[in-house]
Parts: sequence; structure tokens; C-alpha cells
Amino acid sequence: MRLYAVVAVGGFRRYATYRVATVAGVFTNTVFGFIMAYTYIALWDQRPHLGGYDVSQALTFVWLGQALLMTCAMMGGGFEDEMIERIRTGDIAIDLYRPADLQLWWLAGDLGRAAFHLMGRGIVPMILGALAFDLALPVSPLTWIAFLVSVTLGVVVSFALRFLVALSAFWLMDGAGVIQICWLAGLFFSGMLLPLNLFPGTLGDIARALPWSSLLQVPADVFLGKHTGWGLLGAYAFQCGWAVALLGAGRVLQSVATRRVVVQGG
Amino acid sequence: MIAAMWIRSTMTYRTSFLLTAFGNLAATAFDFVTILLMFSHVDALGGYSLGEIALLYGATGTAFGIADLVMGSMDRLGRRVRDGTLDVLLVRPAPVLAQVAADRFALRRLGRITQGLLVLGYGLLTVDVDWTPLRILMVPMMLLSGAAIFSSVFVAGGAFQFWAQDASEVQNSFTYGGNTLLQYPPTLFAKDLVRGVTFVVPLAFVNWLPALYVLGRPYPLDLPHWLAFLPPVVAAVCCRLAGFAWRVGLRSYRSTGS
Repeated sequence: MRLYAVVAVGGFRRYATYRVATVAGVFTNTVFGFIMAYTYIALWDQRPHLGGYDVSQALTFVWLGQALLMTCAMMGGGFEDEMIERIRTGDIAIDLYRPADLQLWWLAGDLGRAAFHLMGRGIVPMILGALAFDLALPVSPLTWIAFLVSVTLGVVVSFALRFLVALSAFWLMDGAGVIQICWLAGLFFSGMLLPLNLFPGTLGDIARALPWSSLLQVPADVFLGKHTGWGLLGAYAFQCGWAVALLGAGRVLQSVATRRVVVQGG
Repeated sequence: MIAAMWIRSTMTYRTSFLLTAFGNLAATAFDFVTILLMFSHVDALGGYSLGEIALLYGATGTAFGIADLVMGSMDRLGRRVRDGTLDVLLVRPAPVLAQVAADRFALRRLGRITQGLLVLGYGLLTVDVDWTPLRILMVPMMLLSGAAIFSSVFVAGGAFQFWAQDASEVQNSFTYGGNTLLQYPPTLFAKDLVRGVTFVVPLAFVNWLPALYVLGRPYPLDLPHWLAFLPPVVAAVCCRLAGFAWRVGLRSYRSTGS
């Protein structure tokens, strides 16, 4: 357990090293936040209470999306590129001989990365957004805590998905295509482009049932106070369910993959 | 030649190429799907119909797609500056700018242009415009000038990487962010923001000004009509400025020595 804590801290510190990149990222998140906020204002101006949100809740959704984009790695950009590279070069063989579990090792590092991104790239755009627009921020500290729990579960689901993507490199060797398909799904089905409540009919039902809704839609609804009491437990159960199922699939795939490892090069 | 080399290299992993080319098309398509989803709830956004927004969207998407195909590798420059591999390009007997542009030249970016053109076509067919020769000529002029303006933003961003090194995201907010902004009509945005992208970073000349002329719509800042004909001039000035910034940046480059 201590080992994984150290790996997590390492993940945090590793991303904390890139200060200029973090500032640049905050700038980008803020720019996109502004553009999206204006389009949402126009949309909600025409249809107040669309999707059950009022204008300030919709705007809060926009800025939460920007704050969680990197934390929940909705567009990828975590460990998976590195892991695919290690599979391609054969370095993965070294990882497999380490006295640590492959999946837990990468999970610990990714949690550290997420914690850094939440602080480094989440808080500042959120503050800037709150200064420029009228946001619906929770009053109760309990809601904030409930939100953080939901975000953590979202990160685990996101990790589990990206771990599966990375493992696909054992078969495809080059993971770029799968990564791209994955981040597309992440962007669209997490609610990043438009809250999933606004998706019509069956598409909406499917989108809300897919694992990606754990990345933004569920945490955002927790933040906006849409899930309370048993509803909150239900939301957590949904996220946990996907986390367990996907991590389990990752386990199975990992054991199949490691049996067919071909180490390239000398 | 370098571009051809990278095309051959991507073709080694053919499945991956097909997936990424499709992914590029789908990635940009999702943007438009979002707009379609918005229009499943409303009839007009900021006073503009779906067809008119499709025209704006397709124009910026195509222009951005061309710029991305030619200059999209600029954001890799920061990494090359950091790890010192830019030196490799400096000793080769070819212009550095051309080499950086061709670095990892990716044909899959054609997906983006295809998608932009499809939406533009849809927009042109649906909008209710009294087509005069001048208005028809406006369309290709808008696409080419727009591509040049976006390209110079890419190059200027590249030049900025010489100092900032790992700040490629700042560049993204002007390129990808600008593209997203221009997909929507200017009536949505605060006046100051519209002023900023008209006079400071002249992104408004990519599609807003010419397209609003085609559509016969007033520009929110009450600017005179003839400004809609300026994109080629603005594009030329932008290219000059970006070229200048690039040379200054390159001259200040100091190798890591590795």
C-alpha cells in the first residue's frame, strides 16, 4: 500500500513540474469556458430551464467541464500514451517483472496526476468563471465533499477505460487510433460538449447509461445538488458499478495480454 | 519530400491510419452534432438559423482544416526546443519553417477539411441568399484568406514556443479556440470579445465579416460594409507579421546542447 502511495505522490509531483504548461492550460480552459458560456447563455435565453437547469446552473456546468477536463482526462492525456509506448518498445516486460501489480501501479500514478490537475487546472478557471458569470455554487460543505467523492470515482472509471485502451496496444502495436476513438467518446458522452440531459430520447438514455457519464455528468449533477440522499448513493453506485466492471475487464485482458507478450528488440 | 516520408511512415500502420482519419472526421463532426442537438431544442441561436450557422461553421472549419494540414505540426515545436532535436532541422539544407511544418505531416487531417466542406455545402444549399457573382466569389476568397490567417496564427504560436517551450496550449486556445468561436454567430458574444477578435487577433476576417456580407446581415460592431472585402489584405499582413515573429524566434533559439 505504501508503495502505491509513493507512486501517487510521484504522479502528482511529476505533473507539478510543468509550471508553464499548467499556466498555459489554465489559459486555454478559460478561453474555451468563455466561448461555451456565451453559447449556453444564447441557448438558455431561448429555452429557460432546458434540461432542468436554469441559466446559472448551465453556466456552472460549463465551468465544471473545463475544471474536470484534465482531471478526468476526458480527452485522454494521462498515462496511456506512455504505457502504449512501453508496450511498443517492449519495456513493458520490465514492468511485468516488478514486484507490483501493473494495473494498481498505473492507477496510483494516475490518481496523483488527477489530484494535481484538479488543483492546478481546475480551481483557477472555476474562480475566473465565477467572477465573470453568475454561477450556482453549493452552499453546504457536505455538497462539496460529495462532489469530491464523485470526482474521485469518475477518475477511477476514466482510468479503467484508458487502461483497456492501453492494453489494446498489445494487439495493435500502435495505439493512436484507439486513443482517438476513446477521447472522442469521452468528449461526447461525458457531457463535455452538451449536458447529457439535453440529448433527445433514446440517445440520451444510452448516453446517460454509458461509463463516460461518470466523468462529468454525474459529478456535475452532484455539485448542482441534483443527487441527494438515496439519489446520491444511487449515483455513487452507478459510478462504482462501472469502475468495478471496467477494472475487472482490465484484469482479464491484462492476463491474456501478458501471456502473449512478444518482446521486440534486444 | 519530408511530408512524403511521413505519409509513408503513417501508412505502415494502416489500421491505425484509417482509424485516425475517421477519428479526425468524427471529432469535428461531433462539434456539429452538438449544434444539431442544440437546434433540436431551439429554432434559432443568437437570431441565426441552422443553415446560417452551418455556413459559418463550414467556412471556419474548412479554413482551419487547410491551415491545420499545412501548419498543424507547429505545436510540436515546443517539444523539439525542449529536447534539443530542433538542431537536426537546423543543419539540414532546407528552410526550418518548411521542415517544422512537414514534421509528422499527417494526411489524416484531410478528415477535418472533408467535414468542413460537407457542412459548408449544407449551409450554402439551405441559406436563403440572393446569389450575385460578388457573393459567389466571396466564398472561395473567404476560405483561402481564412486558411492563411489561421496558418499565420499557427506560425506565430510556433514562434512563441521558442520562448515558452511547453506552452503549446496557449497556441491551441487561439487556433482551436478561435475555430470554435467562429462556428457561432458574433451576436452571441460580448462586444469586447468581438472587438478583440476583430482588431487584436483578426480572426473575425476568417469568416464572420465575409460570411455576414454574403448573408446580408449587419456586423454587431457597425463596421462599414467594405471591410468584408479585406480578408486577403488582412491575411497578407498576418503572414508578414508571423514570418517576422518566426525569424526573431528562430534567431533567439539556443540549443540545449544535447
